[in-house]
Amino acid sequence: MKERLQQLQQEALEKIEQANDLKALNDVRVAYLGKKGPITEVLRGMGALSPEERPVMGALVNEVREVIQTALEAKQATLEQAEVEKKLAAEAIDVTLPGRPIRRGNHHPLTRVIEEIEDLFIGMGYTIAEGPEVEKDYYNFEALNLPKGHPARDMQDSFYITEEILLRTHTSPVQARTMEKHQGRGPVKIICPGKVYRRDNDDATHSHQFTQIEGLVVDEHIRMSDLKGTLREFARKMFGEDRDIRFRPSFFPFTEPSVEVDVSCFNCGGHGCNVCKGTGWIEILGAGMVHPNVLEMAGFDSKKYTGFAFGMGPERIAMLKYGIDDIRHFYQNDVRFLQQFNRV
Amino acid sequence: MFVSYKWLQEYVDLAGITAKELADRITKSGIEVESVEVLNKGAQGVVIGHVLERGQHPNADKLSKCLVDIGEGEPVQIICGAPNVAKGQKVAVAKVGAVLPGNLKIKRAKLRGEESNGMICSLQELGVESKLVPKEYADGIFVFPSDAPVGVDALELLNLDDEVLELGLTPNRADCLSMIGVAYEVAAILGRSVKLPAVELQENSENVHDYISVRVDAPEDNPLYAGRIVKNVKIGPSPLWMQTRLMAAGIRPHNNVVDITNYILLEYGQPLHAFDYDRLGSKEIVVRRAKAGETIVTLDDVERTLTEEHLVITNGKEPVALAGVMGGANSEVKNDTTTVFIESAYFISPVIRQAVKDHGLRSESSTRFEKGIDPARTKEALDRAAALMAEYAGGEVIGGVVEVNTLQRKDVVVTITLDRINNVLGTTITKEEVAGILTNLQFMFTEDNGTFTITVPSRRRDITIEEDIIEEVARLYGYDNLPATLPVGEAKPGKLTPYQAKRRHVRRYLEDAGLFQAITYSLTNEAKAPMFALETAESIRLALPMSEERSVLRQSLVPHLLEAASYNRARQVENVALYEIGSVYLANGEHELPNEKERLAGVVTGVWHAHLWQGEKKAVDFYVAKGILDGLFALLGLENRVEYKQAKREHLHPGRTADMLLDGKTIGFIGQLHPVVQKQFDLKETYVFELDLEALLKAEVDDIRYTAIPRFPSIARDIALVVDEHVVAGELQKAIIEAGGELLKDVSIFDVYKGDRLPEGKKSIAFSLRYYDPERTLTDEEVTNVHEQVIKAVEQQFGATLRA
Repeated sequence: MKERLQQLQQEALEKIEQANDLKALNDVRVAYLGKKGPITEVLRGMGALSPEERPVMGALVNEVREVIQTALEAKQATLEQAEVEKKLAAEAIDVTLPGRPIRRGNHHPLTRVIEEIEDLFIGMGYTIAEGPEVEKDYYNFEALNLPKGHPARDMQDSFYITEEILLRTHTSPVQARTMEKHQGRGPVKIICPGKVYRRDNDDATHSHQFTQIEGLVVDEHIRMSDLKGTLREFARKMFGEDRDIRFRPSFFPFTEPSVEVDVSCFNCGGHGCNVCKGTGWIEILGAGMVHPNVLEMAGFDSKKYTGFAFGMGPERIAMLKYGIDDIRHFYQNDVRFLQQFNRV
Repeated sequence: MFVSYKWLQEYVDLAGITAKELADRITKSGIEVESVEVLNKGAQGVVIGHVLERGQHPNADKLSKCLVDIGEGEPVQIICGAPNVAKGQKVAVAKVGAVLPGNLKIKRAKLRGEESNGMICSLQELGVESKLVPKEYADGIFVFPSDAPVGVDALELLNLDDEVLELGLTPNRADCLSMIGVAYEVAAILGRSVKLPAVELQENSENVHDYISVRVDAPEDNPLYAGRIVKNVKIGPSPLWMQTRLMAAGIRPHNNVVDITNYILLEYGQPLHAFDYDRLGSKEIVVRRAKAGETIVTLDDVERTLTEEHLVITNGKEPVALAGVMGGANSEVKNDTTTVFIESAYFISPVIRQAVKDHGLRSESSTRFEKGIDPARTKEALDRAAALMAEYAGGEVIGGVVEVNTLQRKDVVVTITLDRINNVLGTTITKEEVAGILTNLQFMFTEDNGTFTITVPSRRRDITIEEDIIEEVARLYGYDNLPATLPVGEAKPGKLTPYQAKRRHVRRYLEDAGLFQAITYSLTNEAKAPMFALETAESIRLALPMSEERSVLRQSLVPHLLEAASYNRARQVENVALYEIGSVYLANGEHELPNEKERLAGVVTGVWHAHLWQGEKKAVDFYVAKGILDGLFALLGLENRVEYKQAKREHLHPGRTADMLLDGKTIGFIGQLHPVVQKQFDLKETYVFELDLEALLKAEVDDIRYTAIPRFPSIARDIALVVDEHVVAGELQKAIIEAGGELLKDVSIFDVYKGDRLPEGKKSIAFSLRYYDPERTLTDEEVTNVHEQVIKAVEQQFGATLRA
């Protein structure tokens, strides 16, 4: 009987070894450990044994069962593993096929430039002031030291609606309005972005509608050197940390002294190239110390308060920064243009 | 202003400074030099030749065969095509080996069988602009004065070896519209002195008052009028040096008298006018405003009708000049003129500006009067003009000046302290440095313990206040020497307003939802202006539009977004999703500013989503567009306060348009473009929306408050309701939510069916309802009770039945 058991164990282990899949393995289990299996049969034959032999033989049967059971489980694990691997292998995909696209738009390049400038100045303690695009002649010109008949009005031919109302030619009227609201008390520290309009024929470098950002600081003890320092920060943020700026004297009716501001060429670093037309410098904005007439008209005591103002064109900055060659691109809204500004 | 480098040297010493260097210095100090032009444009090898013989070319009617002495041994034969070439002339000859502008090299050549050893040149061929060439030489070669020495450099004689600086003058620097003014500026920059022209005038013993009298009836327009008479003039060409200087400055030479008036205009900045005294028609000059309807034929032979806003010079009866702008044809100096009346006057800017504007006539004269001249030079300029006419037109100057002078001028005196200068500039300039700058500017000043009292010369009309002096000091001190600092003082945090911050969120959301930001024009045409307007108003039209296309302010952003979509489609970009945030302009009566309202609008067309290899492709439809807006309302915390209502709007599909209401008030619309409009813009199926952005962003919204996350299971029940096809889902849903009460937390639609399996005129809408109580686990029975209520409610309100 003992031999029989050992023989069964041997047989079973061989068959387990040979089983190639889970079904075959299960067949082995049923065949050897099932109710009709040979081991059960051996157990049934135990009645014929002596009482002394029975426990010995019983233990042996259990031992054989255990060995087979363990082998079955081990084999089962192996087969299952193989099955999973086979399934996974069958599930392999082509990871190079394109992913499901996420549709995404983006800022207009002008907004991109404007927000960048806004954030820079907010960081320096400025707030953003806005005002109407259809303006009174008073705020657009007169409050800015451009009385009727002033020769400088020639410089910006305007779209009038009536004699007293026009499309603003710059965002400076927002400065006049803001100062007026302050009722003669500083500090005023604002930037004013917005759309402006001039009687220009649209071509590669002119647009009857464009954008401007003006800045204004009015307080006691504001110096022209503060203007230079502020604009240098701006130039470095927009065009690179090693940029420098220079002032060239100029004329604007609302500032005195007035300057044009150049930034050292970001393309060649100041040696001269196509971008800066060989000069090493690029004109980016106009600025100056707020004219005392402008301060006084807005209710500020020009003996006590001084201020600086500057104005720039986001179109020009965007054209320089991104190498855009035609101002009309900004207003045609060609998606192939817009989507080029879709990343950080 | 064109400034001849050589001419300028008459007034200020330019030794050691090239034209290019001078240009850089001027630019750095405040006046932009826009270009420096070398007049000869690279020409060389051109000499004065003497035409010894001129004969007909044997083989060509229009060519002459000339024998020309060019000062080098034997005379040379040159074939010339100019009609005016003649024996005895002194002409410019480009020798063999010479180079003309445009890098044209002159070689020995054979023209129709005849040898030609060089070329006789016109001024144009030497680089002079056609419009500057004296009329008599416009169609041929230029003839030099007979005393021009043979063989010398003709380019030098023509002053073409000169360089011309073009100054871009800002309106405040009208003082530099004259050579003397520029000389003062250059002298200040270089720290050198100014040499003024010497006026050596010899008058005869006659009295000008026997010839003419002057009356000014409009002294406010003309505070100073002066005149002189020069008799026995002989009209002829002016000296070559004068002609060449005029040409360098951009003025065409005419004759000696006219050239002298122009020369003085350039030198002093004082416009002059020369009348033919004998053709004035009277012995008096009356300056007055024109009468309405009065006419004058100006020198350009145009008859101009005048108004009371124009100033005229008259002979007591009729106008003989449009003051400060252009003379009259009736008193023009002609070749037979012998007696000249020279006018030197100071006209006030506005009246001249008006004439320029009304007649579209701008001249060298009017430009100067418009910008303001220095009346302190008016009489000196007159004297110098008379002296030059004596010298170069053989004239005799009658004794005395006729003059009406009501000018009241006070010196401008500005007082400023050194501290003020340094405080405004942020510098540490010394007293001595300021004094040095004022000295170089040739400003009279005194200084007492750091306080400067400055008398501003009348030529610098732009300087009236302290800040003007600060600017003069700063620009000549050099802005490069200005330190860079940051403002000191109370520091307040900068920030966006809540509105500005929300607007940025809106932009980002829309972009992340797949839309590109567009910026379109505010001006449109009359037809498009009111299209799609949320609120209609009268159109606001420009007084003087540049084109009909850009003549009226928009009342909606949609039309230009459609144009943008159309523009893209025409360029094979079929799938377009754009939004714009911008103003619309609603009229508010003629004397008020319009209401500017900020709107948000969008356009979507084409394929919305495509992932073709996985079989996904979704075209834009109403619900794509609506979904974008639903997300926007959720972003702003308004999703439960916005309602869509079926609507009819012009230009939109009548069955596929909705108005959006915020708290019951209309704030926008969304819809499919009407096929007619779609065709008009050349688009395919397209959806648009426009919203009142201010209403959206200014709506009061509660701050975010945390609510407990569900701890108990919820129970879901689905129902499919069969209703009349006109019943809208939104109404059903509203009724369900109302009937569901506290426990019903979520209702969503998961199926809509219309078709064969339902009776005609019916549709089924399937809802998924979720019940939940935050305090406990609901029993099936409780849910069933509420659910029954829901079903009953929709049965009663809509006649809905449960779909089997």
